[in-house]
Amino acid sequence: MSAEEQLQAFLGRVPYIRFLGMRAELAGDELTGVLPFSPHLIGNTLLPALHGGVIGAFLEMTALAQLAVTQSTPRVHKTIDVTIEYLRPGRALTTYARADLRKVGRRIANVHVEAWQEARSQPVAALRGHFMLAED
Amino acid sequence: MSDPNLNPPNPNLDAATAMATEVPQAAALGFQMVSAVDGRGVMHAPWREDLVGDPDTGVIASGVVTSLLDHCCGMAITATTGERKPTATLDLRIDYMRPAASRAGVTVEAHCYHLTRSIAFVRAHAWDADPADPIATAQAAFMLSPAPAPAPGGAA
Repeated sequence: MSAEEQLQAFLGRVPYIRFLGMRAELAGDELTGVLPFSPHLIGNTLLPALHGGVIGAFLEMTALAQLAVTQSTPRVHKTIDVTIEYLRPGRALTTYARADLRKVGRRIANVHVEAWQEARSQPVAALRGHFMLAED
Repeated sequence: MSDPNLNPPNPNLDAATAMATEVPQAAALGFQMVSAVDGRGVMHAPWREDLVGDPDTGVIASGVVTSLLDHCCGMAITATTGERKPTATLDLRIDYMRPAASRAGVTVEAHCYHLTRSIAFVRAHAWDADPADPIATAQAAFMLSPAPAPAPGGAA
């Protein structure tokens, strides 16, 4: 399968990704997660701001999507741990994220992900995590 | 679920119940308030077909657990202060011990174990069937809003 087919297979088979309304785009093998704003993602109605859990989940799903493209397998890789740092409120706007595979070993990958909205230089959140790679 | 005008006065419980039902993301995930007392909050997310993270196993998505952990930590802060002040998550660390059981909902207990004027420190754990057999544990720090919540429309 091509990288695009791998990506669409991953996005299409996880129901929770449809719940979020998340998409992803590929430039070569580099993936950008795209999370359009939707009212059901709000955690703070006064600002309004995206729920912290939504931002964390979007970062994690971007890491898993990048791994699905790079470490192709019909199964879903498993999250071991994540540390999410919140840098700015996630506004009622489209959010983007890119994952950096810092180290991909035989069984475990270390991934950093950063999310932004209007400017890449002003990230709203970052994630560092370890993932257990699924075997074919 | 609970109308604050009908129930006996319990500001902690009312504020916590409102958090579970009024926040759009919490409502969309079907969060249910279980208890909120003495700096501890317990909240439940029922399993749903559209919230599955691994279609091979039918296990609920880790993203739902992330939202529930974050939200329940906020509720534990409310259960400590007795006020529903806006909080902003600074960081959230989650360790996943094991996947939840197939088609199982998830329950989280969060404990706000230290509170300063501006920061709350919270620990939480999540389980599917047995609180002593967690699927995930979390540690988080939150910034407390210094001023009372602004009136709707007056937000910066």
